[in-house]
Amino acid sequence: MKKLFTPLLLIVAAMFAYAPVMIANAPYESSMGLVQKIFYFHVPSWFVMFTAVFICGIQSANFLFRRKPSADRIAVAAGELVVLFGLLGLVTGPLWGRKAWGVWWQWDARLTMALLLELIFIGYLLVRKYGGPGSEKLAAAMAIFGMANVPFVYVSVNIWRTVHPKTTVVPSLVPGMFGAFWFSVLAFMLLFVLLLTLRVRLEHQRAALDELYLAEEDL
Amino acid sequence: MKHLFRACCSVLLLAVPAAAFQPSAQGGFVPVTPLTAAEQLPAAPLLITAYAFVWVAVLVYVWSIWRRLGKVEHEMHALQQRARRDSR
Repeated sequence: MKKLFTPLLLIVAAMFAYAPVMIANAPYESSMGLVQKIFYFHVPSWFVMFTAVFICGIQSANFLFRRKPSADRIAVAAGELVVLFGLLGLVTGPLWGRKAWGVWWQWDARLTMALLLELIFIGYLLVRKYGGPGSEKLAAAMAIFGMANVPFVYVSVNIWRTVHPKTTVVPSLVPGMFGAFWFSVLAFMLLFVLLLTLRVRLEHQRAALDELYLAEEDL
Repeated sequence: MKHLFRACCSVLLLAVPAAAFQPSAQGGFVPVTPLTAAEQLPAAPLLITAYAFVWVAVLVYVWSIWRRLGKVEHEMHALQQRARRDSR
């Protein structure tokens, strides 16, 4: 992964530099106009957030049932990224909604469930930081609970009446919007891989430091 | 009693003309479509804020990882040096 890191960094930087050009060239949506272009950063943020939730949940299960310390390190790294990308979605969404719906926030099923998912993972990080010895097991259970919440957040717009656009929007994108959207999704996914690699490295270094301290105590 | 009567009359004489010149309260709303451009909420500041927030949040996060990594690596280096010194 070390060899791949620099080329990946360059690719991500180039993609994020080119993404605004693609987004600017994408056609305007008929009823929302310019503000709809927030969609190209807002939806990829949620896609990445859901991916991070699955990685955190699966690695937490791996840690709980197979006792793998490396799985716990990946889980905590992904958990932090869940909060970061969730925050991006929760901030860009109301900015879009203010113009499109006339309100910053609506307590409907989709928005409320998305906020709850974010709060679960903020709770996960707080438990890990301040929970004391053994808190990683409780946090892992929280991550699995958070992962189980994702399908409900995703389908909530199709089940309950909500002001939020439905899941049919993405598959029905016109060619001009389709290219810009999936380009942004790819850029966000690669950024996520990059950040996860960096964050996992930090966890590995912390574990190595702990081992060094233990070795020093034994001497 | 006379003073009180005079004061009440003065208040009434002043209040009646003041009330007469008050603008009348709005009795109903008149709809208008479409809204003039000057009245509409501009989209560009919202769009720019959204994109700027994404960039700033990601850069701050990268900086925070960099700082934490630097701190841990510095601590490791110091610990290794101390161990080497002690072994001599």
